[in-house]
Amino acid sequence: MKLADFVCLDAIIPELKAHSRDDAIVELVTALDKAGKLGKNNCQKIIKAVVKRENQATTGMGKGIALPHVQHLVVKDVVAAVGQSSSGIDFTALDKQLVYSVILLVSPADNPDKHLQAMESIFRHLQSDRFRSFLRQSQTAEQIKDLLMEADANPVLKQ
Amino acid sequence: MTLEENTLDNLVSETEVQIKNTNGLHMRPAMQFVDAANRFECDITVSNDQASVDGKSIMQMTMLAATAGSKLKITARGPDAEQAVNVLRELVEEKNFNEKAPKARKKN
Repeated sequence: MKLADFVCLDAIIPELKAHSRDDAIVELVTALDKAGKLGKNNCQKIIKAVVKRENQATTGMGKGIALPHVQHLVVKDVVAAVGQSSSGIDFTALDKQLVYSVILLVSPADNPDKHLQAMESIFRHLQSDRFRSFLRQSQTAEQIKDLLMEADANPVLKQ
Repeated sequence: MTLEENTLDNLVSETEVQIKNTNGLHMRPAMQFVDAANRFECDITVSNDQASVDGKSIMQMTMLAATAGSKLKITARGPDAEQAVNVLRELVEEKNFNEKAPKARKKN
C-alpha cells in the first residue's frame, strides 16, 4: 500500500498548535473530519476512541514518532492525518523521548488486514533515518506532501 | 575463551508459528512479542517470505504486517535460544496474544 492511498493531503498540519497528547489527537482527528473523511457527526466519537486506545498502550514508538490509531466502524477506508510539532509532545513514548511527528490513523473495524498494510507502509518509511529527519525538517504542508510522494516513488528496500 | 562459551553463543533454535488472532500482528501484539523477546539474551529474527526483521524492534515487527493466518519463522541464536523460542511460540500460538481467536471462518 502506498502512503498516498490513505494519507489525507488536506489533513497535514506542519505545526501542531497542540502541546499535549490529547490535544494533538483532537487537532488531527478534527482535520480529518474537516476534510470530510469521517462522515457526519463522528468526530467526537473517533477522538474518544483514539484516546482510549492510546491509554491502553502508548503508540509513541520511539525516535520522535507516534502513531495514534483506532479501528472504527464509521470509516470504510483507512485514512491518516500527519502532524508535526517543533517543540515536541509527550506521548509517554517507549524511549521516554518527546514526539515530533504524529501520524494518526483511522481504519475500518471490519478490515484488520488493511489496517496492518497501512501500518506496514508507514513503518517501512519511518525506519529510514532520512525520511524521519526530512519529515521533522518540513515546515509546510507542501513539503510534507512532497516527501510522502517521494517516499512512495522510492520505496525503501526491504531488508 | 573456552570452547564451551563459544558453543553456547551459537546455539540456534527455530520454529514456525501461525498468527491466529483475527486482527493479526497489529501494534499491541507486536509490543507483547517484542517485550517477551527482549527478556532474552539471544538474537531473535522473525521472517515471512518477504522480509526478515529483528524480533526485538517494535518498528520492524510491525513492518511484517502479519495478517491472521500468516506464518512466521522465529529464529533465535544465543545461549537462551531454546527458551526464547518456546516462550514466543506459546505467546503467538497458544495465548493468541491474549486476544480473540477467529470465529470458525473468516469473513470476506
